[in-house]
Amino acid sequence: MTTARHSPLNSLAAHAALIAYVIVALFPVFVIVINSFKDRRSIFREPLALPDADSFSLIGYQTVLKQGDFFLYFQNSMIVTVASLFFILLFGAMAAFALAEYRFRGNLLMGLYLALGIMIPIRIGTVAILEMMVATGLVNTLWALILVYTAQGLPLAVFILSEFMRQVSDDLKNAGRIDGLSEYRIFAQLVVPLVRPALATVAVFNMIPIWNDLWFPLILAPAEETKTLTLGSQVFIGQFVTDWNAVLSALSMAILPVMGLYVIFSRQLIRGITSGAVK
Amino acid sequence: MSERRPVRWHIVVFLAPAVIVYTAVMILPLFATLRLALFAEVEQTRVFVGLDNFRTLFGDPRWSASFWNALGNNFWFFAIHMAVQNPIGIALAAILSSPRLRFAHLYRSAIFVPTILSFVIVGFAWKLILSPIWGIAPNMLDAIGLQKLYAPWLGLESTSLTTLALISVWQFVGIPMMLIYAALLSIPDEILEAGECDGITGLSAFWKIKLPLILPSIGIISILTFVGNFNAFDLIYSAQGALAGPNFATDILGTFMYRTFFGFQLQLGDPHMGSAIATAMFGIILIGVCIYLFGIQTRLRRYQF
Repeated sequence: MTTARHSPLNSLAAHAALIAYVIVALFPVFVIVINSFKDRRSIFREPLALPDADSFSLIGYQTVLKQGDFFLYFQNSMIVTVASLFFILLFGAMAAFALAEYRFRGNLLMGLYLALGIMIPIRIGTVAILEMMVATGLVNTLWALILVYTAQGLPLAVFILSEFMRQVSDDLKNAGRIDGLSEYRIFAQLVVPLVRPALATVAVFNMIPIWNDLWFPLILAPAEETKTLTLGSQVFIGQFVTDWNAVLSALSMAILPVMGLYVIFSRQLIRGITSGAVK
Repeated sequence: MSERRPVRWHIVVFLAPAVIVYTAVMILPLFATLRLALFAEVEQTRVFVGLDNFRTLFGDPRWSASFWNALGNNFWFFAIHMAVQNPIGIALAAILSSPRLRFAHLYRSAIFVPTILSFVIVGFAWKLILSPIWGIAPNMLDAIGLQKLYAPWLGLESTSLTTLALISVWQFVGIPMMLIYAALLSIPDEILEAGECDGITGLSAFWKIKLPLILPSIGIISILTFVGNFNAFDLIYSAQGALAGPNFATDILGTFMYRTFFGFQLQLGDPHMGSAIATAMFGIILIGVCIYLFGIQTRLRRYQF
């Protein structure tokens, strides 16, 4: 790289622009979180000040923990997200392996059929999905959500994973076959470990939309015992609109788990996006 | 595949779970919804009415006014994303990809934070910040002497849709930024250096060399934005409720379908009209995707490096 494209003035301007945008991006989150730790008076008097010994208060969090069943909501969200990711990865990897490894009649057609769902949002079918879930008695169970998210995540998962599986060397698989491994063990013991980075990418792509979805929890599982964290905080905040402490604390409690996951997985996520897996 | 070989059951086993779940939960309901749009409930039985629901939706003044309103709003929502989100995303990516920029990782991660938050958080957080009761927005404008500009933007019919679209832009700017960033990184240095030899540097290098090379990625983010915007729902619902107030000024197809399907206030839910709206959304998205696939993508020149 040459220095001709690089002058101190330019890089100063670049940093200034980026810092300005970072402030725009983080300011609302910052304001919500700092005010959740203040008492009601200071929230209104000095909304931009950090909480100090005088204004510090956890009253909002106490209300939230007393009134809303946030641990249950959190648990539901965890179950739905983890189970959906498990099925997306397992079924997606299996189908991707079949499409990438074997030549059979209808291979291309099957690939196209599974890829249809990448562009068409599953929400279009909501009316019939609800009728089906009611008919099968799955409405207001976490299974309804897990099934929907699995179906939603599969097309892209199959697409990405089969691209990666085509790159696994044939010699390795044939060596396994000569050693007498069954096709199932070749899949599970040779191929899956080799595409682990791709599996992680698919998992991270799917995790955030599933965790944050409001539409399907609202329609398929609105019962108290199956509410997810997103729906639970939506309902809770709607009820407590005038209790600013509670609303700000509920928002912060909804932000923190996602931020935690983001800090853990951000490298994977950004590497996944920038590696061109979605091109 | 030879005819004499036995059926290779493992292929069936590998494909079956994905195909079954995908077909049963996604494809069949999609077609069932399109089919439901051709029926109506008369005296508690389901009867076939052909295209009557669509005639009602597009022609009956009670329905068509809401439908065209939602569709128009949806197009405005999309236009703002195209005009604001994608240029900002491209600009940020261009700055981030400049060589030897320090803290690039940090900036990238920070700018992506809003994208990972749920609509519920984003909707309420902005509602509070823009609220005249709390006064963060008016006070900040006051500090720079612009208090006259303040208005309860989310509450006014004239500004609420644009405000919500900008909030959505704020939330999703990270996605075009990342995709364009990836595209910019894949441009080989030799090309840029060749440009430098010809005296093309800085901004003109961006306009003359980089931008033409990333056009395919801009095409992809445009179609992703289109599909995302035309089945959007969550942000409007979180910030304005199912009624998409004030006075339906922020109603888009997603909220319109939700209201029609589930009913609101005194109107009963109607799954058949809901399906008709879903079918219309499906048609719009299909047209958009086809325009992209056959009209735009095939004309963009791709360069192999």
